[in-house]
Amino acid sequence: MTNAIEFVGDVSVFSLRAIADLFRPPFEAEQFWIQLAEIGSRSVPLIVASGFALGAVMTLHTRSTLVTFGATAEIPTVQSLGFFIEIGPLVAGLLMAGRVGSGIGAVLANLRVTEQIDAIESLSIDSFKFLVVPRVLACVIALPLLTLIMDFSGLVAGFVAEYAASGISWHLYIERAFASLDWANFVPPTLKTAVFGFIIGAVSSYFGYTTSEGAQGVGKAATNSVVLCSLLIIVSDVVLVQCIAVAFPRTAL
Amino acid sequence: MNPDDSTAVFFQSVSKSFGAKEVLHEVSFNVAAGEALCILGRSGTGKSVTLKLIIALLRPDAGKIWIEQDEITTLKTEELSRVRRKIGFLFQDAALFDSFTLYENLSLPLARLTSKSQEEIDSMVVKVLREVGLAADKKTMPSQLSGGMRKRAGLARALVLEPKILLADEPVSGLDRITASEIDELLLQQKTERQTTLIMVTHDVHGARRVGDRFVVFDHGHLVAYGTAAEVESSDNETARQLISLSS
Ligand SMILES: Nc1ncnc2c1ncn2[C@@H]1O[C@H](COP(=O)(O)OP(=O)(O)OP(=O)(O)O)[C@@H](O)[C@H]1O
Ligand SMILES: [Mg+2]
Repeated sequence: MTNAIEFVGDVSVFSLRAIADLFRPPFEAEQFWIQLAEIGSRSVPLIVASGFALGAVMTLHTRSTLVTFGATAEIPTVQSLGFFIEIGPLVAGLLMAGRVGSGIGAVLANLRVTEQIDAIESLSIDSFKFLVVPRVLACVIALPLLTLIMDFSGLVAGFVAEYAASGISWHLYIERAFASLDWANFVPPTLKTAVFGFIIGAVSSYFGYTTSEGAQGVGKAATNSVVLCSLLIIVSDVVLVQCIAVAFPRTAL
Repeated sequence: MNPDDSTAVFFQSVSKSFGAKEVLHEVSFNVAAGEALCILGRSGTGKSVTLKLIIALLRPDAGKIWIEQDEITTLKTEELSRVRRKIGFLFQDAALFDSFTLYENLSLPLARLTSKSQEEIDSMVVKVLREVGLAADKKTMPSQLSGGMRKRAGLARALVLEPKILLADEPVSGLDRITASEIDELLLQQKTERQTTLIMVTHDVHGARRVGDRFVVFDHGHLVAYGTAAEVESSDNETARQLISLSS
């Protein structure tokens, strides 16, 4: 039990340090761009493919249900609300926990066990600022952007599936999809993924940066990162959904 | 007691444990500026730990460590950076940045810690790479280098900032005799031409005797012999005599 409390304390201190160091010079701009490319751009194919598959599947399911009520006209609305409010943010967060969380955990742990972090320190470079802060910031910024890509991929796939079934026009589909979507059920859920990004960046960096075991520590850091990131994303999602519902009552459907 | 002006590194009763395991027990020694000290000892006796204590990658549990006039065990981060700038460190496994080319490994410290222009950085990197015989491998990634090449690249990175104090963890291990003797020559040259203080861990007695002015021998966490080659040879510690003897 004391171990668990100590662990929570350590992770929290580590995360707060990442925030504090973000505002203290020197700023590692170059490292940040490298990480944004690695974490953001390189994740786009995965996000698009998943969004597409999920979008198509969801339309197939909602269609078979709505058909029995004669409410097929609502399909675009259900699709866009579903994706923008919950599916896009949550699935993007979980996918990134897997791809990016394990990557950061393994890379930093490897730098630690091969003494590269010590080497950075020995050159009077602040290794935390050089390695951790750019990764955390890149995650925070990349997640909302990737979520948007996921949302639109889902929507496009939804259109394709619906077009195959009913021949609906793109124009009509989009009109219906956005008819009942308002800024309040689009912006807050997208921005909440910045929190997911922070969780992924901070937690996986913690496991990687602080590993003290040899080669097996690398694998362990990667696995632990994915497990804890996924768990925290789901838990924080519950909390954030409640917060958004309180702050923007109209969006509570 | 404070060290005098001629001191480069001074250990005073330094102890270090990892968990229950005591690696160094009240170790004291003094390295004068411009001197070459060789650390000898069997595997796992705390030689690498000693070097990491000097550059403050590890903190001692007890005792004091001076780098010139600074007692580093209590220094804050910014002051520590100032002290570390004086020190070059060759890691036992080289610890090259594996996402950077060889050139970038050497130019990073120059770009970050000096105000040199790009041309000056270029020429310094090339000069140091030539000294260690790696001029042709500027664009190579560390993973494509052989063990001995990585060692030499690590040495190049340690030298590129022209440190006043050079810490070298087994600079010639894994090298053939000819290359090893070239590296010894290079280290000797650092000492004689640039008055670099040299602290090196080595298992190569021939090289150690050629480069080193004084020797310390560690055994089971204790410093068991300390002095010139002749003094260590006549020490009453069996391990020390064996380690320094040429006929092994
Ligand atoms: N970070 C660490 N955590 C725990 N134990 C450590 C750590 N670093 C070193 N040790 C332990 O300290 C002891 C001395 O290690 P050190 O690396 O200094 O040995 P060495 O004298 O350099 O040996 P070798 O000649 O094999 O390189 C070893 O038993 C090692 O297990
Ligand atoms: Mg060693």
